[in-house]
Amino acid sequence: MEKKLVLVHIDDRPYQVEAGQTIMQAADKLGYHIPRLCYHPKISIEGACRVCIVEVEGMKNFVASCAFPIADGMKIRTHTKELRTARRDIVELILDNHPEDCHTCERDGICELQRLAYAMGLRHRHFEGEKKDYEKDLSSTAVIRDPNKCILCGRCVRICSEVQKVNALGHAYRGFKTVVMPAYDMPFKDSVCTTCGQCINVCPTAAFVEKNYTQELFEKLQDKKFVKIAQIAPSVRAAIGEAFGFPPGRAMHLETVACLKRLGFDYVFDTQLTADLTIMEEASEFLERLGGKGKLPMITSCSSAWMKYMEQFCPDLIENISTCKSPMSMMGALLKSYFAQKIKKNPTDILSVAVMCCTAKKYEAARPELEIDSLRAVDIVVTTREIAWMIKSAGIDFVNIKGEQFDEPLGISSGAGAIFGATGGVMEAAIRTAYELYTGETLMDIELNDLRGLSGIKEGKINIDGKEIRVAVAHGLGNASELLSIIRKDPDRFHFIEIMGCPGGCIGGGGQPYAGSNSIPLDEECLRKRAQALYDIDRGKTIRRSHENPDVQKIYKEFLGRPLGALSHKYLHTHYKPKEPRGIIPEEIKAR
Amino acid sequence: MEMIDNKKIGILKDHIKSFSNKPHPESNLIAILHKAQELFGYLDKDVMNEIALFMNIPRAHIWGVATFYHFFRLKPQGKHSISICLGTACYVKGASEILDMIKSELKIDIGETTQDGLFTLIETRCLGACGLAPVIMIDEKIYGNITPKKAIEILKTFKK
Repeated sequence: MEKKLVLVHIDDRPYQVEAGQTIMQAADKLGYHIPRLCYHPKISIEGACRVCIVEVEGMKNFVASCAFPIADGMKIRTHTKELRTARRDIVELILDNHPEDCHTCERDGICELQRLAYAMGLRHRHFEGEKKDYEKDLSSTAVIRDPNKCILCGRCVRICSEVQKVNALGHAYRGFKTVVMPAYDMPFKDSVCTTCGQCINVCPTAAFVEKNYTQELFEKLQDKKFVKIAQIAPSVRAAIGEAFGFPPGRAMHLETVACLKRLGFDYVFDTQLTADLTIMEEASEFLERLGGKGKLPMITSCSSAWMKYMEQFCPDLIENISTCKSPMSMMGALLKSYFAQKIKKNPTDILSVAVMCCTAKKYEAARPELEIDSLRAVDIVVTTREIAWMIKSAGIDFVNIKGEQFDEPLGISSGAGAIFGATGGVMEAAIRTAYELYTGETLMDIELNDLRGLSGIKEGKINIDGKEIRVAVAHGLGNASELLSIIRKDPDRFHFIEIMGCPGGCIGGGGQPYAGSNSIPLDEECLRKRAQALYDIDRGKTIRRSHENPDVQKIYKEFLGRPLGALSHKYLHTHYKPKEPRGIIPEEIKAR
Repeated sequence: MEMIDNKKIGILKDHIKSFSNKPHPESNLIAILHKAQELFGYLDKDVMNEIALFMNIPRAHIWGVATFYHFFRLKPQGKHSISICLGTACYVKGASEILDMIKSELKIDIGETTQDGLFTLIETRCLGACGLAPVIMIDEKIYGNITPKKAIEILKTFKK
């Protein structure tokens, strides 16, 4: 249906625009980027910050362009002298209550508030406002909350409730004393927070940041006692360049390996290899379940935030969850067993570090049930952001460095391992292998386009030896929650389900580089480009199926035996149990 | 943590159910929190948890509402409430000395409850008994022409 067009004037220029959108939306398309703060296109409109005000002729007051519908005949002005003064004052008033510690702040140089203040032309301050004085919440293994830096834009609250549907955060108290916090002001670690880190991604300041392990890592990298080993997740390579000024969508694993070597790592291995291993186990497990041993649909278990969500919000599905550990934890387990034996080292002398796109992996690494002989499989998890900072801090030239290859024997991966980072990728990788394990024939048409892209819930069918296998994929915990309510009503609808906790999958993880000055957090175009970087890696490989990975075959031959065998179970599988506090799934999802 | 009174929880749940046929039953949250406070004297975390699970409303949302309105009390109240009038008449007649004396005797500040759970100290502005200033009100009873010393004697009668 054609949309109705209306005639408006913006800054005295006439434009025909579609009716039914806000002033801001219309202006965006015409090249007017009205300054904004609390607005984000993925979440509901709050209209709280008033930064995006514009003048509409005939209106007594300035209106918030994010919330005001455009109408025929409107005469809008976006940067008159009065507007510029008002906007500058609004931002100045926000700054008046904000700690003046930019130089020592983690987000110095990549802070939206800083950028906004600069763009509004704030060159001196008129007032000294009252400062907030709250304790930081350091309780979580993954996400830190610092209410002193919070400007109450509410983006974290909305992403947590509307996109992730976790509802860990809310506004409590009122007026100047308003604080964004979990229910009852309980420590973050005791709340329903899944540690997905999306609050960090959308926070314009440093009110939410990841728990930082860079100092500890710098120290341990100097410790002669350890054999220092890093693993790099697929999605890190697809985004790390952004932290160094490269446009999104460039795969930079070789540069990252070279930098990690210079930071002091003895070995740099590829999490994509254990992604292949995950597929060997998961595809085998799926076929076993398909043969009647275990519950269907089987649901993937690689995403740490999704696992915590599942244990709190839908423990009724525990039996449906694959028992496979995540690729990160599989790598950690191998480092402290297989690889330690290979290099004749005591597992206690191995420093196992994971470079992840994810904040929740910090939580996962600390799960006691993932320990190998009472040792943590992964000692330290750092995010893409943290490692980028470490590289900069150590003065290593990421931009011009000559790339280096991953180390042997845990460095070779298939294309299937690479696409693990994008929503739909685990399913695609699993099907490539399950098909061959089941039929004995090679699946030729391996690019499963139904499962790619950023639709919230994707469905697909594949014919395996005359049997129709129905699969579904969801990314972001809100979409996951919707998909699960479909399953509850119709348990036989799907055989196999992939869930990733973050929008876009791991590529949109809570540990990825902050949006740069010309971008917004969780920008879909950026997510698409990151995903494309992984699909390009896949396409560029000769080996595109996990079971063809020679290193994986070698690990089974030398160490594990066979998929789902006794040693595989010891090192590569885990279990889940219900956790408190029980999560509450909002009514609108249940009703669907 | 005290056990939640199951009988009271039952009454509260019946109250919640009475809204269930109406459109948007969750929009009655404030009324339900009122009822909870009436039943329990304050909004206990465990009671709010029960409401959250029973009404399917996220805890953080309930906490937001409970902390927003000054009417809701988030801590247990003492058996007796001492309201000290700090209105103009009482104030010029020495209410602040009385307040200081009560605070030091009970070792609590305004809005707090004594450790033995006997008293909660509340400040008010004018109880409409200016002729008797300075006054304090304990529960529903007004005590007029108070001095710091008299105030302590009155409190002692409640301690028996």
